[in-house]
Amino acid sequence: MNAFCDISLTVNGERVNERVEARKSLVDFLREDLTLTGSHVGCEHGVCGACTVRVDGEIVRGCLMLAVQCDGASVETIEGVSDSGEIADLQEAFQQRNALQCGFCTPGMLLTAQALLRNGSVPSREDIREHISGNYCRCTGYHAIVDAVTAVAQARAGGRK
Amino acid sequence: MKITADVPSPLTALDRPNSYIGRAVPRPNLARMTQGRAQYVSDVVLPRMAHVTFLRSPYAHARIVKIDKSAAEKARGVVAVVTGTELSEVITPWVGVLSHLKGIKSAPQHAIAVDRACWQGEAVCAVVARTRAEAEDACELIDIEYEELTPVTDPETALAPKTPVIHPELGDNLTFERTLDVGEVDKAFAESDAVVEATFLFGRHTGVTNEPRAIVADWNPGEQRLTVYQGTQAPHMMQNLFAKHLGLEEHQVRVLTKDVGGSFGIKVHTYADEMATVALSKLLKRPVKFVADRIESFVTDIHARDHRVKGKIGVKKDGTITAFEIDDLTGIGPYSVYPRTSGIEANQVVNLVGGPYQCPNYRARARVVFQNKNVMCQYRAVGHPIATGVTEGLVDLAAAKIGIDPAELRRKNLYPDDGYPATAASGLKFEKLSHHASLDKILSMMEYEALCAERDAKRKEGIYRGIGLASFIEVTNPSAAFYGVGGARISSQDGATVRLDATGAIFIHSGVTEQGQGAEAVLAQCVASSFGVPIERVRVVTGDTDNVPYGGGTWASRAAGIGGEAAWQAGKALRQNVLAAAASILQAQPEGLDIVNGIVVDKGTTRERITLDEVARICYFRPDTLPPGFQAELMATRHYVPRAWPFAFTNGIQASYLEVDTDTGFVKLLKHWCVEDCGTVINPQLVDEQIRGGIVQGLGGALFEHCLYDERGQMLNGNMADYLVPMAVEMPDIEIGHVVTPTADSELGAKGAGEAGTAGAPAAVMNAINDALRPLGAKPLTAMPFTPGVILRAIGKV
Ligand code: FES
Ligand code: FES
Repeated sequence: MNAFCDISLTVNGERVNERVEARKSLVDFLREDLTLTGSHVGCEHGVCGACTVRVDGEIVRGCLMLAVQCDGASVETIEGVSDSGEIADLQEAFQQRNALQCGFCTPGMLLTAQALLRNGSVPSREDIREHISGNYCRCTGYHAIVDAVTAVAQARAGGRK
Repeated sequence: MKITADVPSPLTALDRPNSYIGRAVPRPNLARMTQGRAQYVSDVVLPRMAHVTFLRSPYAHARIVKIDKSAAEKARGVVAVVTGTELSEVITPWVGVLSHLKGIKSAPQHAIAVDRACWQGEAVCAVVARTRAEAEDACELIDIEYEELTPVTDPETALAPKTPVIHPELGDNLTFERTLDVGEVDKAFAESDAVVEATFLFGRHTGVTNEPRAIVADWNPGEQRLTVYQGTQAPHMMQNLFAKHLGLEEHQVRVLTKDVGGSFGIKVHTYADEMATVALSKLLKRPVKFVADRIESFVTDIHARDHRVKGKIGVKKDGTITAFEIDDLTGIGPYSVYPRTSGIEANQVVNLVGGPYQCPNYRARARVVFQNKNVMCQYRAVGHPIATGVTEGLVDLAAAKIGIDPAELRRKNLYPDDGYPATAASGLKFEKLSHHASLDKILSMMEYEALCAERDAKRKEGIYRGIGLASFIEVTNPSAAFYGVGGARISSQDGATVRLDATGAIFIHSGVTEQGQGAEAVLAQCVASSFGVPIERVRVVTGDTDNVPYGGGTWASRAAGIGGEAAWQAGKALRQNVLAAAASILQAQPEGLDIVNGIVVDKGTTRERITLDEVARICYFRPDTLPPGFQAELMATRHYVPRAWPFAFTNGIQASYLEVDTDTGFVKLLKHWCVEDCGTVINPQLVDEQIRGGIVQGLGGALFEHCLYDERGQMLNGNMADYLVPMAVEMPDIEIGHVVTPTADSELGAKGAGEAGTAGAPAAVMNAINDALRPLGAKPLTAMPFTPGVILRAIGKV
């Protein structure tokens, strides 16, 4: 119960060396040890998606992964992708469309949406709904989120032409 | 700032230069929220802070014989292990009753159970440790001896003589009863051409806020003050309650509400574990944090809606509704929740059944009973989905019985738009509603006739689609008639303080709170408009009892209608003050001046006279240059509460179009519409999104959400995997329309919009499902949620 491990990883591009309890989840590690509180905890059992972060480029549920599993990995959180400007257009679209109310689901929702749009596709509303269906939003009713993601997909596609 | 939509403001009072009323101004807090830079209470960390975990009763009803905490006390990281008896030295128990709900009764509730646990999930012991994980570890070392008692779980038998009485000192398990008998109900039924009866069941469900309840309490003995960071909708109410039960003065308590990850009425109540956290901080003289985990949320966040309503409607051949009658039974758990009581929902059902229809004959009975399950109380659209479900369900059944189109039956009976003010049979007084305009609007938005034709054509192909309508009324902007008259210290008025800063920008401090509705944007819009500055120059402060005017917070859709009006008035008052200062500087008449876009101008023209930062500079730093005897007042406060009408009733109508898969029982929602009249629309985007979010919560209630209990009072699906809420893929696109009937009770004319979606959606879905299944000869479905199993049984497939 009290096994500790030393891990080293990069988080948002910064080198991190920490000693963590073996049982500690990735999202607790990010929130408590690194004080990156942008990733949220809604359920701790893999259902709500509020804890979504990226590990080695893939989105994962921070509550279902242990911090020790990330030894040697590259982890990106909402803070990282905000500062790099990678999802600035998505963030802007969410604001314009009021695609968030309490904002608790939003960091996870944005990372999930970015994973869908990263390959440059223009998904249908149904595809967007399907893709974000691992992320709970209790406030918005989803319609505005689908609008915002659609707008960004189209803008990005248009911008490439 | 990009404004994405405009609704022309209907009132001349709002035609100020550079008015933001009616415009989709983006909310000021969105940028940090999208960047992960919000601060929720679950993010708050203080020096010396410890974490509390509660050991909770595994039984629905049990005597606590013995608690052995010795092993836990020695565990790693543990600060203290505290029982209910020990904690009761610091905090007094409470009783959730209100005097205007005649006869309502409840028993004293403790922060941590003393001697007896009354529901599965009630806290029986607390462990405070350096980390949450250590506290949880230590919880497992506590040995509690219980003597299981017979649980009371079924409301139907709660009042039977053989059923044990949960609180013997109260005499029986009846919390509250209300009856009403208006007009000539029996005669009306006797004279009807058809009488339809049905029993409607509404499942118990809960709010499932994405961020669970969270609180950090910090008692500082050095200053004899308690600071509480809490995700609450009513900071001043909580300030009062913490003070009262800890034996403090109100000024010794400060409640801070930062970002809140969803509330929906769930976070407006007094929770025993939160009271315990505050008491533990006082006891241990250090900050203590409690964040509910998801299982704790399911078994302790208030539940709602568990109603069984026997309903009856009479109708004439020509479609005239002759009478309504209901008998409502609801179980609320072992305590009436403090301080709002658990009688309000049933009371609201009695008030609202039949609401949209002109029908003088109405008989109702509502009984609220105790049971050994989690407590029930007010959740978004309190009582509305039940009243609307019963009313609209009965109306559709009547329409089917006499063979008349459901839209037509509504048109025949809805209050006429020119018939106001009006008084409903239940006694509700309506200032002005717009049922017919709303009905006409939704029928044209959904292209009703074409849609009916499409549905009928699909039926021939064996595809079962249905259309459901649901008219509703909604209680918003509550005055003191809601809680104050019953003796609760819940403010119905709200205030706003507006101040010109030294660079010509505006600060507004308001008693209403922000939980994602956009209250801060609305307040900024009101003040920017009435004072006359660009909205970027307005900074809004909410959620701090040390720093905002005393007020009620945000619930019952009161933030815009009450908080917004106070802000509007405060902005006007400050404009007068600033114009007086400007006039004295310019040696002009204040009446000849105005403020437009942050500049003092000659009234009626755009001729610039002096900038606001120059006025501020002179008043703050060089008052010696002002005429003798003139004192500039660059701060103004105004309060507001509705007075002419106890509530602002809003109205609306929803429509659902869906398809039932008769092989699997799945319901596919194809499209949903809502027309709502919330008076002046201050920010169309925020209103639309409030309604959409509310609709999806209502759709959840109709199709998925259900707190399932076994007969021993064990909640069977207390996790997100088993308690289903709507996900994006199951939800339809939702179209919103507006009819605008401002309330004359305020200058802005805004009524609330937060409950509308949840109020009407379940009834619309129920009617659509029954419409879809009618050709199959299915008995009408009236028990929510309508799961695939329920539907397959109704059509005889299983
Ligand atoms: S907190 Fe990880 S999925 Fe909910
Ligand atoms: S905005 Fe509140 S949960 Fe999505």
